[in-house]
Amino acid sequence: MSGYSITEPSRRTKWLAGVLVAAYAVITLIPLLWIIATGFKSNTDAIAYPPKVVFTPTLEGYVNLFTVQNRATPAQLAENPPETWYDRIVADRGMVISGPSRFGERFINSVIIGFGSTFLSVLLGTLAAYAFSRYRVPLKDDLLFFILSTRMMPPIAVAIPIFLMFRWAGLSDTHAGMILLYTAVNLSLAVWLLKGFIDEIPREYEEAALIDGYTRFQAFVKIVLPQAATGIASTAIFCLIFAWNEYAFAVLLTSGTAQTAPPFIPTIIGVGGRDWPAVAAGATLFLVPVMVFTILLRRHLLRGITFGAVRK
Amino acid sequence: MSDTAIDRIARRTPPHIARRVRGLSDRAIAWIFITPTILLLLAVNIFPLIWTVWLSFTNYRANRPGAEVQWVGLQNYQRILGNPETWQSMQATAHFLLWTLALQVAIGFALAWLINARFRGSDLWTTIIVLPMMLSPAVVGNFWTFLYQPQIGIFNSVVAFLTGADPAGFSMIGDVRLAPWAIVIVDTWMWTPFVMLICLAGLRSIPPSIYEAAECDRASKWRQFWTITLPMVLPFLMLAVLFRGIENFKMFDLVVQLTGGGPGSTTELTSINLKREAFEKWRTGFASAYAVILFVTVFGLASIYVKALNRVKAR
Amino acid sequence: MTRRTRLLAASALVGLSGLAAPGAQAANLTLCWAAWDPANALIELSRDFEAKTGHTMRFEFVPWPNFADRMLNELNSRGQLCDLMIGDSQWIGLAAESGHYVQLNDFFAAQGISMDAFIPATVTGYAEWPKGTPNYWALPAFADVVGWTYRKDWFARPELQAAFREKYGRDLAVPATLAELKDIAEFFQGREIDGRTVYGAAIYTERGSEGITMGVTNVLYNYGFQYGNPENPYELEGFVNSPGAVAGLEFYKALYDCCTPPGSSDWYMSETIDAFRSGQVALQMNFAFIWPGVDKDPNVGGDRSGYFPNPAGPAGHFAQLGGQGISVVSYSQNRDAALEYIAWFAQPEIQQRWWELGGFSALNAVVGAPGFAASQPYAQTFLDSMAIVKDFWAEPTYAELMLAMQNRVHRYVVAGEGTAKEALDALVRDWTEIFADDGKL
Repeated sequence: MSGYSITEPSRRTKWLAGVLVAAYAVITLIPLLWIIATGFKSNTDAIAYPPKVVFTPTLEGYVNLFTVQNRATPAQLAENPPETWYDRIVADRGMVISGPSRFGERFINSVIIGFGSTFLSVLLGTLAAYAFSRYRVPLKDDLLFFILSTRMMPPIAVAIPIFLMFRWAGLSDTHAGMILLYTAVNLSLAVWLLKGFIDEIPREYEEAALIDGYTRFQAFVKIVLPQAATGIASTAIFCLIFAWNEYAFAVLLTSGTAQTAPPFIPTIIGVGGRDWPAVAAGATLFLVPVMVFTILLRRHLLRGITFGAVRK
Repeated sequence: MSDTAIDRIARRTPPHIARRVRGLSDRAIAWIFITPTILLLLAVNIFPLIWTVWLSFTNYRANRPGAEVQWVGLQNYQRILGNPETWQSMQATAHFLLWTLALQVAIGFALAWLINARFRGSDLWTTIIVLPMMLSPAVVGNFWTFLYQPQIGIFNSVVAFLTGADPAGFSMIGDVRLAPWAIVIVDTWMWTPFVMLICLAGLRSIPPSIYEAAECDRASKWRQFWTITLPMVLPFLMLAVLFRGIENFKMFDLVVQLTGGGPGSTTELTSINLKREAFEKWRTGFASAYAVILFVTVFGLASIYVKALNRVKAR
Repeated sequence: MTRRTRLLAASALVGLSGLAAPGAQAANLTLCWAAWDPANALIELSRDFEAKTGHTMRFEFVPWPNFADRMLNELNSRGQLCDLMIGDSQWIGLAAESGHYVQLNDFFAAQGISMDAFIPATVTGYAEWPKGTPNYWALPAFADVVGWTYRKDWFARPELQAAFREKYGRDLAVPATLAELKDIAEFFQGREIDGRTVYGAAIYTERGSEGITMGVTNVLYNYGFQYGNPENPYELEGFVNSPGAVAGLEFYKALYDCCTPPGSSDWYMSETIDAFRSGQVALQMNFAFIWPGVDKDPNVGGDRSGYFPNPAGPAGHFAQLGGQGISVVSYSQNRDAALEYIAWFAQPEIQQRWWELGGFSALNAVVGAPGFAASQPYAQTFLDSMAIVKDFWAEPTYAELMLAMQNRVHRYVVAGEGTAKEALDALVRDWTEIFADDGKL
């Protein structure tokens, strides 16, 4: 984009900057790579002392992540020889697969609740932000600060009444309850972010549309929404990152039906102790959707991160 | 806010005519657009808050549904503020908050400044750097207990490799002196990219013409940095500090998984302390008072801060 | 494939035998327990129940660190998630007094289930409230106790044997006393074995839930700590902080300081087993439930590991009780089917199979059978340990009592704050306040 100008850094500066940033990125990647690598280690290699950098990769962690297993006697194993590759991996450790684990369910819950609440937050947030941006709303500034202040509550602090309320309303441990809760938590962020973006869209566009005979609502849908696409995309990223990874509410308010993956993954246990390869495999898989989503929308990330509060 | 043609027309048009003309009046649209948000926030944020305030004056315990609930006045507040352990966790929180903010601002700004040199591949490196903030803090906290294990983890081995120290000679989580830093390191690792992104947005919002003008005036690079770059990025930086500050004041998931508040109560941040009171000891009334105190603190600090931020923005 | 055919065969059997109660509707039962090894074995065991009765079983397993919070939360809010609860032994006071569990006396009488058929300590520990009275709220489901695992292969090495004898004047063998245990741990600490530095003992130090308490009590009991005056259980002064108790707490700190792996400051069941399996330590403190896993481990399994009960101290010989009973939740909509499950579970042949699958049965008929002690390398140690158990408070205020002890002990042992006497004095104050709040004083 930028052509040559006197403010363009020199080639040497660029090179030095590149090296420093790359060095930081490499250091920051080590823990992440270690997580990903652990997912492909055997249980024994994962807790090797001293730690193993070179190891024989196996899918044991992933198999453990998705299955429930039981110890089998050699006689049982001889009776039911392993039929598939995953049966064989398990049989090598003297186990048999007795069924699917709950990771799949938890993952799907995360998808439903994460994306559901993101959609709702962005939808309601866009509407409210538009209204705040374009109309005189009584007590507007107070309302806006009030909306932001809801974000300041430590989740644990409101968890008690919410728990009692949800129980009373039958929302406890339901997808609907968690979607509503995450939407409410994210709304403040969404309204603030989107208001900044919508403020920047010139009103003249809508006015022209109104003169052309559009109704307000049509003008909103046909003119404002497309203009706010960048803002909506970056808002969606931030809402999703929060809802996808939230732990405190999830651990206190969900259990059998609507539990998401974050409270589940750290607690995957294997034989005796914690199953680190399975935990790592779960963490890796869990990172993928939000990573893909972010990379797809990355061009909007930079603008969104200023939360619309600081204008150009 | 401003007085545009539309606002003037809208105000002059009687509502029933407006409805006939445009389907819905502006006022109706405004309310239809805002109401769901307000209702949801009232139900899920404000109502529980009011309930919490009410509970904070009682001795209610959620694990004794049959017991009589008594009004105890300010007793809960007195007990909390008179308890040295509360102040200890406030101190732990302050240490965590100040150091994470300082490190994240310093490293985040430096990275943004380097990336803004727009070297080749800067987009790729940026994408890599932001990866940690997409992880779940609970999962990260849990996994870092593993990385911090002196024998089987990798943190001590890497430090030993870089500094020549004995990997078995120190324990990040176990040592009272190191544990507060252990949580600062993980939070910094995870959230520096967030500050970096905001700073980057700030740097990119500075029009090149300003630098060109400074260049013409023969201002040194150093002077340009102090008189142009820093003041222009400051509102962005302050915003990053606001958001990270609020998040870290509430910090729970990462630290509870990482240290569980230990050793002793060295890393028992206020949220962890509150969780013990509310969901382990089940002193609901007491915990509610605690929650109110925390909320007032963060709300007060944030309002002062937002005022300062607005002043900086206005400049 | 094979499983499906097995299931088909089983359901065909049900149709023929008519074991399913005639006219009774098939219920969908949910059983709540901690997420751990034995829970997976219970899924396998329960297939037989499903096949015989036509009821279906769902399982809700909560990981240990959140188990108590999550499940007590569920009970206190009168949730209907769990029909059956395998709740921790210390919850029984709360669950009985608040009416969370169904009292089982009449049911046991009607079914001919006698509590005399179970290991006495498990009946007291898992089923009774108030303790010592014949009021039963659970059926002992999983017997568990803290014991020790050691590296038999290292103990057998002649060069280590010789070095040990030279230093301590006796053979390197399973310790009979805690002092001997500390000597052994000290001996191994920092020693080079097969080119790696190894350490003495992996012990419980966890802060967040109940870890360090479940560890330190094994020492405290044997040094003379008592929960209260035997005449008046809520009189704590001089019992909780007796000179013996102080010496015991000092011993645990000394053991932590001298002979544990670096970084073992927040360890509970899974961290200690990781340390043992990766060959870091010679001794491991842990609940018995891990022993089947140790025995099968590719690194340390089989002959390489041995087991021994918690050693005696100067003032007694006890071990910390773990384990759980199975109860019917009062708020369940499927009470009859849930009771049916308990009746099924109590049968001797089911209990026998439970042991074979890795569940520690508490039924005398199983553990007292002639071949039992030889059936597994750890079976005798399990029996010996179950004979010396002692448990933490099971009062309705158990959670608060536990938090106070976790706080005081962790501060002294791991963080090194104050003295043992100060820690226990503070614990007496905390506990007294809790009992006063609860109206027990």
